[in-house]
Amino acid sequence: MSNVVLDSKVPEGPIQDRWDNHKFNMKLVNPANKRKFTVLVVGTGLAGAAAAATLAELGYQVKCFTFHDSPRRAHSIAAQGGINAAKNYKNDGDSVYRLFYDTVKGGDFRARESNVYRLAQVSVNIIDQCVAQGVPFAREYGGLLDNRSFGGAQVSRTFYARGQTGQQLLLGAYQALMQQVSLGRVELHTKTELLDVVKKDGVAVGIVTRNVTTGEVQSWSGHATLLCTGGYGNAFYLSTNAMNSNVTAAWRAHKKGALFANACYTQIHPTCIPASDESQSKLTLMSESLRNDGRIWVPKKFDDNRPADQIPEEDRDYYLERKYPSYGNLAPRDIASRAAKVVCDEGRGVGPLKNGVYLDFSESISRLGETTVFERYGNLFDMYERITDENPMKVPMRIYPASHYTMGGLWVDYNLMTTVPGLYALGEANFSDHGANRLGASALMQGLADGYFVAPYTVGDYLAGLLGQGVVPTSDPVFVEAEQAVRDETRRWLSVGGTKSPEYYHRELGKLVWDYCGMARDKNGLEKALSEIPALREEFQKNVRVLGSAEGVNQSLEKVGRVADFFDLGELMCRDALMREESCGGHFRVEHQTDDGEAQRNDEEFSFVGAWEWNGDGTAQTLHKEQLVFENVKPTQRSYK
Amino acid sequence: MQLTLKVWRQDSPTDAGHFETYQATDVKDEMSFLEMLDAVNENLIEAGREPIVFDSDCREGICGTCGLMINGQAHGPQKGTTTCQLHMRKFHDGETVTIEPWRAAAFPVVKDLMVDRSAFDAIVQAGGFITADTGAARDANEILIPKPAADAAMDAAGCIGCGACVAACPNGAGQLFTSAKLAHLNLLPQGQSERYKRTEDMVETMELFFGSCTNYGECQEACPKEIPIDFIAMMNRDFLKSKLANRKLSGQKH
Ligand SMILES: Cc1cc2nc3c(=O)[nH]c(=O)nc-3n(C[C@H](O)[C@H](O)[C@H](O)COP(=O)(O)OP(=O)(O)OC[C@H]3O[C@@H](n4cnc5c(N)ncnc54)[C@H](O)[C@@H]3O)c2cc1C
Ligand code: FES
Repeated sequence: MSNVVLDSKVPEGPIQDRWDNHKFNMKLVNPANKRKFTVLVVGTGLAGAAAAATLAELGYQVKCFTFHDSPRRAHSIAAQGGINAAKNYKNDGDSVYRLFYDTVKGGDFRARESNVYRLAQVSVNIIDQCVAQGVPFAREYGGLLDNRSFGGAQVSRTFYARGQTGQQLLLGAYQALMQQVSLGRVELHTKTELLDVVKKDGVAVGIVTRNVTTGEVQSWSGHATLLCTGGYGNAFYLSTNAMNSNVTAAWRAHKKGALFANACYTQIHPTCIPASDESQSKLTLMSESLRNDGRIWVPKKFDDNRPADQIPEEDRDYYLERKYPSYGNLAPRDIASRAAKVVCDEGRGVGPLKNGVYLDFSESISRLGETTVFERYGNLFDMYERITDENPMKVPMRIYPASHYTMGGLWVDYNLMTTVPGLYALGEANFSDHGANRLGASALMQGLADGYFVAPYTVGDYLAGLLGQGVVPTSDPVFVEAEQAVRDETRRWLSVGGTKSPEYYHRELGKLVWDYCGMARDKNGLEKALSEIPALREEFQKNVRVLGSAEGVNQSLEKVGRVADFFDLGELMCRDALMREESCGGHFRVEHQTDDGEAQRNDEEFSFVGAWEWNGDGTAQTLHKEQLVFENVKPTQRSYK
Repeated sequence: MQLTLKVWRQDSPTDAGHFETYQATDVKDEMSFLEMLDAVNENLIEAGREPIVFDSDCREGICGTCGLMINGQAHGPQKGTTTCQLHMRKFHDGETVTIEPWRAAAFPVVKDLMVDRSAFDAIVQAGGFITADTGAARDANEILIPKPAADAAMDAAGCIGCGACVAACPNGAGQLFTSAKLAHLNLLPQGQSERYKRTEDMVETMELFFGSCTNYGECQEACPKEIPIDFIAMMNRDFLKSKLANRKLSGQKH
């Protein structure tokens, strides 16, 4: 065990003043000196594009990397619903404090209060910034910004651009980034994948990348490195994440000494289209808003094979309305997801694979009329019909929960720095802000907060201390060795000569992680997974087949390294879930529930962030704890009855 | 269902390329087009042959990464649908399906079905933004934007940058993409001060890479987001205005 000390570096003083005081106390770099610093930004999603553009505007030399062919393709593009901000434009009692409070409570009291407060504070600047850039948020007839309510909040604080909010926010950040590219302040490297983080004397000094078009392996040095590389929901194989989303950047950083926190905090979204067969490659999210007018049910009888319209009312079980009379179909994400799993596990699932539940609009249609219902959800119905060939106006939709977001990630302090000096993590890649459960419309907010308004200050504070120091040249042995290791690994994968594709192993791994570390977890299952995952990994290492060469485009080669990292991560998710002998937010341990089946936290023993330290291949990680302190919001038990 | 696939294989940008024929067996209606190709690739790998290279990411029709010419149609037969959202129920047993990459001078083939669309980034880099450095923004509600203007800007901003418009155009023109970005920014009050410079810079950069528009209208037909060609007219108008007028006066006109 090493001597890692988890110092959150949270500033002193009343929570309202902490960020302002901190900004005042941070060191500044004068404009002439900013040019002397090189910052590497990996990832061009909301977090990365915002950070790269802003740092360049400030005058730093920025090098920006993405494995996509354009910054605009980052997974942030797919976010639908909206982005929260405490503007209180609706005069409905919203405030920075309320957004802070809702987020801490929504996270089931497992987030760091100071970070969340800052997030709520800067949320208002985000909307201003995005509007100035030309993000076409929805408007009211008078020309003012429109808001909707979202994810159980009692106020309307969600800004949106049709069902394409992530797309529009990302395009805004992408355009700001491209402007800096045109001004020569950002050097953009697309199709360039980070494969290692390089350290010298304990400090991050750069990265090693592979160009996925040419196969060229190359080093880059910088005074600071920002990982803005997204979440790890694809550990489950099937998820709503884009096909190429992966954990590799964060994981390679973890192997270089960055602690990985709360790996078991994953969010399962209740309303996705169920898998249709083994060939399914990803799952599609259907907006949560559908639950406002759709009623969720399954047949009362097991193996009831009648079509939905031939099952009479008395044979239907509207289980959410039955179990949670006051919240009904609007129960929070984690609760609705688990309830669907329970009925499907009982054998009451619907659809050809019995892996879904009905979301039925017939009652709304008779109450509101076809036109109104179609006006509200027409675009979603079209999307659903394209995939399933069923029209939800006529046949109830089938839905099932799917992996959607990961709250865990690289441990960072208040400055968003990991446990490796000079290495930062922003956006979904870090663990901060959402605790054990994320509220809807808060991930976009966090990505942009980190990128536009937090990291540009805190990175400057770090750089100020490096004045006069050049970057470590890429001819230094630390880079040369890291490059060689990447080339060796590539060669090793190409020479395994097994029989199955990387995709096959990803799917098999995903099944294990989903079955044992998905919506409900227990000791037996987790222990089983911890013995089955290493066994499958061994087979993978011996029997995977990667054809082609290291030069030029080789998608199997890109994939195999990502799958290898998912194996290690899947194991850590299970280890973290096994350690956490309580239920909280997205982490539900079957052994820890209240009499009526709700998550039972154990604040006495588990009010901490679980941050794991890598100890080398084949050795279990070491747990470090950051104790959480709640000075402002009192932890309470959530109830939705 | 069983299909015969004629797939374009090309090792590198300089390789001449050729079609290869594959059988797709056990294809199910519920599979997406790309899942059908995934299955073909799994079989190729098991047989020790290199899988077909094609691009995709979100598989939800929003990232713009995917894009294939399917039987000569950009994104295939279903209107308003990206390749990743196209499902196999649109095909029938025994059919022969020809699959090619986008064909356009501005989009060189990288490998097999993957093309290089960085010319689009070059157009955006030339002026597809509103200058607004972080931190300088005023309160968002101080700028009133009439709903119809915001809605029209949003219609244009829905472009996913997939390149189907270019692939479908007999001239390989980039007008629909460029005009959609221009319309998004030029329709908004925030976009006015840079409006004419933006238009000139983007159009002139576009012309470096892409063919010219002769009003075939194929782009609009192929666009998976159904972006209308009206935006092209708007772009042309602004371009002309800009060329004719002195930009120093543009704060006073329009
Ligand atoms: C279907 C869906 C809908 C959603 N809807 C909402 C919503 O309505 N509201 C909300 O708040 N949140 C929503 N979310 C969550 C939200 O979209 C994400 O959490 C957020 O966009 C993540 O942004 P990011 O910048 O952290 O990472 P990403 O956008 O995932 O970007 C990651 C970047 O890192 C790059 N990268 C990764 N690894 C490497 C590497 N090794 N080398 C080089 N580059 C690398 C990628 O190329 C990419 O550019 C949704 C998520 C999904 C899946
Ligand atoms: S893969 Fe994203 S649009 Fe098709």
